[in-house]
Amino acid sequence: MTDPIRPALLDVDHLKVSFATDRGRVTAINDVSFRIDDGEFVAIVGESGSGKTVSLLSILGLTDRRTTFVEGTAAFRGRPILGLPDRELRRIRGKQIAFIPQDPLTALTPVHTIGWQIVEQIRTHETVSKEAAKKRAIELLDEVGLPNPAAAFGRYPHQLSGGMRQRAVIAMALSCNPALLVADEPTTALDVTVQAQVLDLLKRLRRDHGSAIILITHDMGVVAEVADRVMVMYAGRVIERGTAREIFAAPEHPYTWGLMASIPPVEGPRPHRLPSIPGTPPTPANIPPGCAFAPRCAHRFAPCAGLPPALSASGHDAFCFLDDNARAAGRAALFAAPETAA
Amino acid sequence: MTDATSPSETPAAAGTATGRPQSPFRRAMVKLWYDRAAMIAASVLVAIVITCLLAPVYAKYVSGTDPFRSSLSAKIMIDGKRVPVMAPSTEGLGLGVTPIGPTFGAKYMLGADTQGRDVAARLLYGGRNSLLIAGAATLVCLFFATLIGVTSGFFGGATDVVLSRFLDVLWAFPVYLLAISLSIILIAQGLTIGPFTIESGSLLLPIGIIGVIYVPYVARPVRGQVIALKRSEFVLASIGLGIPRWRILFFDILPNVTTTLIVFVPLMMALNIVTESALSFLSIGVQPPDASWGTIIQEGQGLLYNRPMVSVAPGIAIVITVLALNILGDGVRDAFDPRSKLRPR
Amino acid sequence: MITALIRRLAEMVFVMVGISVMVFLIFFATPGSDPAARIAGRNATQEAVAQVRVDFGFDRPLPVQYVLMMKRLFVDRDLKSFVNRGQNVIPQVLEATPITLSLVFGAAVLWVIGGLAVGVIAAATQGSLIDRTLMVLALIGVSMPVFWFGEVMNLLSQARFHDTWLFSWVPALGYKPLSEDPWGWFKTLVIPWFSLAVLYIGIYGRVLRANLVEAYQEDFIRTARAKGLSPARVMLRHALRTSLIPFITMFGLDFGVLVGGSALLTEVVFGLNGIGRLTYIALQNLDLPMILATVIYASFFVVLANAVVDFIYIFVDPRMREA
Repeated sequence: MTDPIRPALLDVDHLKVSFATDRGRVTAINDVSFRIDDGEFVAIVGESGSGKTVSLLSILGLTDRRTTFVEGTAAFRGRPILGLPDRELRRIRGKQIAFIPQDPLTALTPVHTIGWQIVEQIRTHETVSKEAAKKRAIELLDEVGLPNPAAAFGRYPHQLSGGMRQRAVIAMALSCNPALLVADEPTTALDVTVQAQVLDLLKRLRRDHGSAIILITHDMGVVAEVADRVMVMYAGRVIERGTAREIFAAPEHPYTWGLMASIPPVEGPRPHRLPSIPGTPPTPANIPPGCAFAPRCAHRFAPCAGLPPALSASGHDAFCFLDDNARAAGRAALFAAPETAA
Repeated sequence: MTDATSPSETPAAAGTATGRPQSPFRRAMVKLWYDRAAMIAASVLVAIVITCLLAPVYAKYVSGTDPFRSSLSAKIMIDGKRVPVMAPSTEGLGLGVTPIGPTFGAKYMLGADTQGRDVAARLLYGGRNSLLIAGAATLVCLFFATLIGVTSGFFGGATDVVLSRFLDVLWAFPVYLLAISLSIILIAQGLTIGPFTIESGSLLLPIGIIGVIYVPYVARPVRGQVIALKRSEFVLASIGLGIPRWRILFFDILPNVTTTLIVFVPLMMALNIVTESALSFLSIGVQPPDASWGTIIQEGQGLLYNRPMVSVAPGIAIVITVLALNILGDGVRDAFDPRSKLRPR
Repeated sequence: MITALIRRLAEMVFVMVGISVMVFLIFFATPGSDPAARIAGRNATQEAVAQVRVDFGFDRPLPVQYVLMMKRLFVDRDLKSFVNRGQNVIPQVLEATPITLSLVFGAAVLWVIGGLAVGVIAAATQGSLIDRTLMVLALIGVSMPVFWFGEVMNLLSQARFHDTWLFSWVPALGYKPLSEDPWGWFKTLVIPWFSLAVLYIGIYGRVLRANLVEAYQEDFIRTARAKGLSPARVMLRHALRTSLIPFITMFGLDFGVLVGGSALLTEVVFGLNGIGRLTYIALQNLDLPMILATVIYASFFVVLANAVVDFIYIFVDPRMREA
């Protein structure tokens, strides 16, 4: 899977992010490591507050440098990017790694046209004439499926619908042909039908442009549809990692079981009530020692007070004390239940 | 902007759950307590207020002269020599007199004014008036602003239209001109309403005038807030529960508006002190023989190039007081209204 | 668009009528006042007072009095100052206008540039020593009474340091018309401009900084940074551009109010015979017709400035264009 000679597209190692708050330093991200190769589609899944967005923003240097402390390493094509001077990082940001923000309503500057904002990005990274940049922007708008792209070029963000805006944002992200697209919950703010269209668009773009995509989401259904590999995050740590196939076939962490059980079944009778995970996730300021999920976990036992063994370097693994047998049994109990009830 | 209150600030909490350990008000007070700049400013203010308000108790005895009576022929001892307070001019034709400059002793610490009065002592008495007027005018302003803003916002309809239009007109009126128009009429002849007569030299006139002219500054945001509150979920819920309107007004709306008013207090105080000094400088504020910081600056105008201290000292007093009020105001706003819904100047 | 325009015009007229009514009521309907005696002047004979009473219709109902007064002010334009007998009020107001405009316009240029610089630099260096120093200076500027600061500037530039290289170029107080002596015009106005602008540089710098800091919390700033734009570009083309809207509102209001007479303190201190000083002198002589004229004139400018701001909005904020 990994080519030893060619460095990974993005290699993150022992990432730790902490914030300065009124009550001292608070660690939001702890010991997060992952790598992404060219053309891969990786999903990072977790509830809000689990640190999925923060980890990627900190890699891109988009967090507030005065209040956020980032430790560990991150290398883009073998070149370390954490702590890179802003001037150098800017050449990567937007050109090699593009970011698709969550809410397209607030993500575009309200006082400039869509076209102006795309042209701005193109001309920041490439020396092209205004006309050429405009031509390319219109092509991009066409490619992401905006009807009448030439007119959309001159529109202000508030004049477009949510789905249209999200497409415009994606067009802007694509404008410099990035090797990696980071999409932060690109579908959350959209209607269900538009969500599907945007996901299809992302899949098609990967095929056409060959960009790797990191999709940040809390929706396991979305993950099943598009991702090659999956990382599940909880309370600032990666708690399970594997290919989408592996994780959907045999999830190993009790938290992942909970996430999967909460997807409504596609076939069969509608369950009366979807199972949910009891309790709420901890905030970064009060993450419990040991396994952070233990307080909400039905399978917790004595060792959970300590920190589970680190994830293996590759392959499918979970950040959990349960052994393989216990995992299989727990999984079987949870997923058999609705069927027997039916 | 429509979402004026965050869930944690909703006063449904403040009004009903008094048993909670930390009400939003308490939390804000604690936050303010730990704001170092605001607390230093508050201490400076307390010191200034005490020094000025107690002036009648001690100032006369320290300065040794009556700060309201001219003493053109007095002499004081400096370095064992008797020096006249009003020295005959040695320049030019030798006409006129020059008041004594700052001695930096107990007597005539900051020199004398054109009538040989002790500037330092007058500064204290003047500060007393300036602070009293600014404080009372703030209360007048907040009272009327709340009355108009809440009535207009809560009852809506024709009441709102009339009151808002009135505020629009008042808002478009440059404050100094409004103050001048009111002052010229009132200060010249006093005000008689029925059996009540306010003398033309009364401090009540500047208080009333300064209080009234800034009403729209406060009433408009209050009205906006009341309207936002009326549309907020917890008020809608109360209406849905069939709670009477007056209860909603007193238990849901007013506690929230109070926060806004608290934020306005130091800022209006600051504004009022400056306004008072400006009106007094134009001789339509505090009337002689009373003094205020503004009148002292005005009286010192003629001495500006010879004895600048007469005009400069009260100005410095104003700057320090207003600066402290503004710093405190910033702190109060950060503590009570962290998302800065209001940005009064 | 047309209906919005008509609506706006109607509002303008309403506010102006409202102000004139209010001024009228303050001057002529305050309990216990005798406007006829006031207009006739001090030491006027009984006959003269009676004559004024009939001329101005003070023996008739208030609404009629109001209409008569407005007619004198706007239609006949023969309202006379009672201090300098026989002198028409309106031409005096018109004569003073260019002086006030010169003062306010120059100060406005200074304070817009200064306010932008202070706000942008402070926001860009948020939390640093530069930021804190600028904010303390701005707060001091806000806290100084403008007339007192003007006097201190006079003290420094006309007396204390007048003989040094720093202020030896400062001419004596007064005004020189731009058309006759442009360089003199500039020199006499530099100190007044600065004195008046300091307060507004403080206000605008503080407000702009707060708006910029708020803007930096917005998603679109993160998008702009994610695009790889330089910090300067993010600041100027995205954050500042969106923060300009409240800036323009404030500017319109302040400019209007200042031209409308609130610059009077500065004019008095620097001996500039603008509208404000005209009001001030009238004030000292209790020259009622003059004050009435200047106040009404002032309201006109304030309302006009508000309307201009509304139209500028349309250019700055595309969201306003459809509304």
